[in-house]
Amino acid sequence: MTSLEANSSSRWTWLRGMALAVPIVMGYIPIGFAYGVLAQQAGLSTRNTVLMSLLVYAGSAQLIAVGLFAIGVPAFSIILTTFVVNLRHLLMSAALSPYMRHWRKGELAAFAYELTDESFAVHIARFTEHTPPKGEVFAINATAQLSWIFGSWVGAVAGQLIGDVKPLALDYTLPAMFIALLVMQIKDRRHSVVAAATGLLAVALTLGGLGHWSVIVATLTGATLGMALEMRKLEIAD
Amino acid sequence: MLDQNTILLTMLGMLVVTYIPRVLPLWLFTSKPLPSLVIAWLRYVPVAVLAALLLPALVITENNAVQTLDVSFDNLFLWAAIPTFIVAWKTRSLFGPVIVGMVIVAAIRFIV
Repeated sequence: MTSLEANSSSRWTWLRGMALAVPIVMGYIPIGFAYGVLAQQAGLSTRNTVLMSLLVYAGSAQLIAVGLFAIGVPAFSIILTTFVVNLRHLLMSAALSPYMRHWRKGELAAFAYELTDESFAVHIARFTEHTPPKGEVFAINATAQLSWIFGSWVGAVAGQLIGDVKPLALDYTLPAMFIALLVMQIKDRRHSVVAAATGLLAVALTLGGLGHWSVIVATLTGATLGMALEMRKLEIAD
Repeated sequence: MLDQNTILLTMLGMLVVTYIPRVLPLWLFTSKPLPSLVIAWLRYVPVAVLAALLLPALVITENNAVQTLDVSFDNLFLWAAIPTFIVAWKTRSLFGPVIVGMVIVAAIRFIV
């Protein structure tokens, strides 16, 4: 794929990218809307609500953060929780890196900014099949983020009109989103075991009073369990 | 009431801790791979963190500011999770399960 080929059809490249982003957009607008409403309810200004979608661009972390803002959790804890919740992007980034060896550092920096669960799923599926033009890749990312920001903004504006989120079940957006993301991550029985064990541990720690630290402790423990199970299986296999 | 400037500063912190894991592997690992132990550990971080976030949200409710375990039929979130899981399993998408879950919760709240 020469840069000449990519440039000659660059408008189509962008349009193709936008079309490929439609499945992501369909999820991002309603969830972004829910985030916008909940952020308003938590006390964030409209500007900060939209700004978070622009700066952080991480749906589940944003939804968790506004929940933590609402109950007065200190900034440091919110940032630490965000770090743990988004740590999985490290793995996704690592998974993409072999396919992006030929990209320049600046392009990688721009690409990384818009890496999310959903965009990762689209990119990894495509990169294993062929090498799309970079314009198409960026178009997917940009369309996805714009739809997220748009949904957030609409939610922030509507949030001032929505008194109670419960009739619209907007408070169920986050659990439902986690269910969807969790199921997408279950690849084999070991993943199910790790999920169950980690979930139960998180519940126990929360009941035990650890609060939002339970997520961090449970995650670190669960990932270690998964690693140990995998290493053990390899040893037995030898 | 929350101070918007504090929120902004917190968001900048969130930006930093979110962006660094996203960009470092792309910048570093394109030349040499990670030790297999680290890769194995990282492989389970996504499923672990999602489970750690999900299960407490489903089975723990706050009664008078105390976190209590609630697996009764009153726990709408928990029971709505069952069809949500099924849809998630079948569609492996974000849109389907989220819409189904929210519609079910809204519907039950409307009816009951």
